Amino acid sequence: MKVAKPGISIPHRGSRTKLTGWWFVIIAVVMIAAFYFYPMIQALLLSFKTGKGANLHYTGLDNYKRLFSDKTFLTAVKNTFIYLIIQVPIMIILGMFISVLLNDRNLKFKGFFRTAIFLPCVTSLVAYSIIFKYLFGTDGLVNLGLTKLHIIAEPINWITDPFWAKVTIIIAITWRWTGYNMIFYLSSLQNIDNSIYEAARIDGASAFRQFFTITIPLLKPIILFTSITSTIGTLQLFDEIVNITKGGPGQSTMSISQYIYNLSFKYSPDFGYAATVSYSIVIMIIILSFVQFKVAGDK
Amino acid sequence: MAKLKRTFTYGFLSVVSLASIFPFLWMIVSATNKSVDVTKGKLLPGGYLVENFRKLVDSIDLWHAMWNSAKISIITTVLALLVGSLAGYGFEIYRTKAKDAVFTILLMSMMIPFAALMVPLYQMFATISRNFSVIGVNTLPAVILPTFTTAFLIFFFRQSAKMFPKDLLEAGRIDGLSEIGLFFRVFMPTMKTTYSAAGIITFMSSWNSYLWPLIVLQSPEKKTIPLLISNLGSSYSPDYGIIMLAVVISTIPTALVFFFMQKHFVAGMTGSVK
Repeated sequence: MKVAKPGISIPHRGSRTKLTGWWFVIIAVVMIAAFYFYPMIQALLLSFKTGKGANLHYTGLDNYKRLFSDKTFLTAVKNTFIYLIIQVPIMIILGMFISVLLNDRNLKFKGFFRTAIFLPCVTSLVAYSIIFKYLFGTDGLVNLGLTKLHIIAEPINWITDPFWAKVTIIIAITWRWTGYNMIFYLSSLQNIDNSIYEAARIDGASAFRQFFTITIPLLKPIILFTSITSTIGTLQLFDEIVNITKGGPGQSTMSISQYIYNLSFKYSPDFGYAATVSYSIVIMIIILSFVQFKVAGDK
Repeated sequence: MAKLKRTFTYGFLSVVSLASIFPFLWMIVSATNKSVDVTKGKLLPGGYLVENFRKLVDSIDLWHAMWNSAKISIITTVLALLVGSLAGYGFEIYRTKAKDAVFTILLMSMMIPFAALMVPLYQMFATISRNFSVIGVNTLPAVILPTFTTAFLIFFFRQSAKMFPKDLLEAGRIDGLSEIGLFFRVFMPTMKTTYSAAGIITFMSSWNSYLWPLIVLQSPEKKTIPLLISNLGSSYSPDYGIIMLAVVISTIPTALVFFFMQKHFVAGMTGSVK
């Protein structure tokens, strides 16, 4: 990097600006390069290697071939996609619906509702997972309540049945993240000029139509943002799975991230193959984000 | 019709609010009850809070874990705000084509899942351990270093720098402030709301972070609160009263930060998400 020559009393604005600016961003650039991009390249190299622990050697595409015959991996992918396809839409629609209700000017107790619905975001993923694990235990409060209300006759095995365990995970994630997404919708709704709705009302558009022809199109960028972040979040699901079901029963709730963790730190370490599995997440994120951009961006 | 709609709105919002709050209430109530009563589904506060607390403090080193978490979260937040805002400010105020290109590349790091980084990051710190054990595996710097710089914060601060009145900078220049002085004396004090919002987000995610500390902190005396809670939760004969009390205590810091700074938070979020 060049240093400004001494003796010039009025430095040239342009070049001075350019140089000074780099000093502001340099730490961030170095840190992100060191802790994101460098490990990313390391992981790519690692994904072509095989061996136990530190004894690794290149084996080409073997790891990638192994993926397709690895039953545990395929189960983890299947589980993750079940969470993704069911949970993300439920959460986004629910969050949007709540934000529209909350955006009503004449609504009383608005502050209370908003804070209450956002409250779950204060808890750590581990803390709320523990709470949900006990609430949904076979002799837990949820079963107790449902049987007392005669909604179910027999307690449901929320944690230990392969089907219900997935349902529990989906309920838990929805509880934790709906309020978070709702805040994003609410803040963009507040920026929409109310006169647009008034004009629509005068033209005789129903609330239903207003929602689909005004609200949704105006919220599109933020819907895209929340659906991409939720997708990335779901593909990396770890804390909830480990703390609610431990991936069980069997492997019926195991997520891809948990499998990578197990491969690296729980079983005898197979860093090469773990890196390959992790690259499958990278590829899925790229494809899914691209699809979401395409679907949302007709302009 | 209008009345029906109103009833539905209040009814629906009340149900959702109750569903959101209920697990909290249950957690707090359970912290004051005996384990047996929790299992029976007791929903009223009991008188076992003090006894649960005594047993909790006797059986596990809660304060030590709180202290570890506090150190990590505070250092992370301070560094994250400083580095993130310097960069966001730099990218916006000293905008050039080259910097815009670098910014776009940095943004791409948001798409990198942590799952893809954990193995190489662990190996990186394991290698460092051999020569510099002070920043290697099982140390505080190992937890903090890879996590405090995020493209999200840089983006967040750049967005707010966009709305920052540039006249203030010119005025500062005329007053003879240096370029870095402008940042510390003009930008920082004006953008308090943005800093609070960013601070809340960073503190919360650092306090709650689980996977990376789980990998990199191995000895029991280094454990953070989420690791401790997770261990408690996976015990085979859980004492519900004690565990719920531990969960309550672990949630207090983030809840306090949130409630005291909620106003700033909403203002900061709405200011930047546009």
